[in-house]
Amino acid sequence: MSRRARLMLFAVAAAGLAATLGAGLAGLPSFGSQISAYAQMLNRLAPQQRHVTDVVSAISFDYRGIDTLFEEFILLAAVAGISVLLRPLSDESRQLPEDKAPDRTIPPPSPAVWLLAVFLSSLLVLTGIETVTHGQLTPGGGFQGGVVLASAFYVVYLGTNYVTVERFQPAPLLEASDGVGASGYVLIGLLGLFAGASFLSNVVGLGVTGNLISGGTIPLLNLVVGVEVAGSFAILASEFLDQTAVIRTRQR
Amino acid sequence: MSVLAYGVVAWLFLIGIYGVVTSRNLIHLVVCLSVAQSATDILLLEIGYRSGGHAPVFVDLPAHPGPAVDAVMQALALTDVVVGAAVTGLLLALAVQVHKRAGTLDPDKLRATRD
Repeated sequence: MSRRARLMLFAVAAAGLAATLGAGLAGLPSFGSQISAYAQMLNRLAPQQRHVTDVVSAISFDYRGIDTLFEEFILLAAVAGISVLLRPLSDESRQLPEDKAPDRTIPPPSPAVWLLAVFLSSLLVLTGIETVTHGQLTPGGGFQGGVVLASAFYVVYLGTNYVTVERFQPAPLLEASDGVGASGYVLIGLLGLFAGASFLSNVVGLGVTGNLISGGTIPLLNLVVGVEVAGSFAILASEFLDQTAVIRTRQR
Repeated sequence: MSVLAYGVVAWLFLIGIYGVVTSRNLIHLVVCLSVAQSATDILLLEIGYRSGGHAPVFVDLPAHPGPAVDAVMQALALTDVVVGAAVTGLLLALAVQVHKRAGTLDPDKLRATRD
């Protein structure tokens, strides 16, 4: 199909889509006027029922916990898919970049870059752990904190080199944390069954609202999700880095 | 106000699809798809918004905080962001392999897949 024909086809389809979308959006309640009765009820009940202050976390990890279970599995499946897609193919091999001029020493990174990497990565680890563990109290949680934790690895790479990063993030550990995170969610869900309630019921002691340890299973689920997301995003970065750094076409 | 708020959603979605249709580079195409997908995030947050509402986080609030916005929609937007990141990663990995096999990222030049 030529570009012209494709654009014509798109124009027709887009006009139809715009009309349907416009009609659909026009049927929504006007912006900012009201929220659903379900949401109002949860906003009122969640702090008392689950002893949390962040209702978004209570919904993600308790009231709609099974959604988040599948969401976690989607992430796991995507990362597994990316690992498979980016493996060394039959005509490729893994080779660490070799030093072409061994008589010349590699200049160390400038002290400013190195300091920034050390300072920023430790700050990111701290912020990540804070975000994961305070998910039930303030905005944040496993997904957001996990991404912050994984970005600490990226900063180490920026400040040093590939070999150092490989030492920092051994692949088996990352893959294990990915799997432990995903299966940990299921195991915490099973706690509910063992206690005689339904899957993913919040059966752990709820604690005092506003304390760090409160909300029952919500902080535990945040923790396992944080481990999984941090592992997933670190694997993602290392898979894409490997493509440029160590995977080469085999010489014939 | 409603027209502007929901118009942004329709505009972002359509311009993202337009980018996908006319793209000459697979990485550009993935970014365009992310633009289209961000329309759904904005729509979710807008449906859950309430004028003058505060975040659904009930800590350190003033004496008369007024209504809170919809926390369900925010949780759904979180799901949307995570799934979006997973899809973007997979598509970028596919783009890497396409470039290795075909030597190009232009969808129009990928002859082998068309015949």
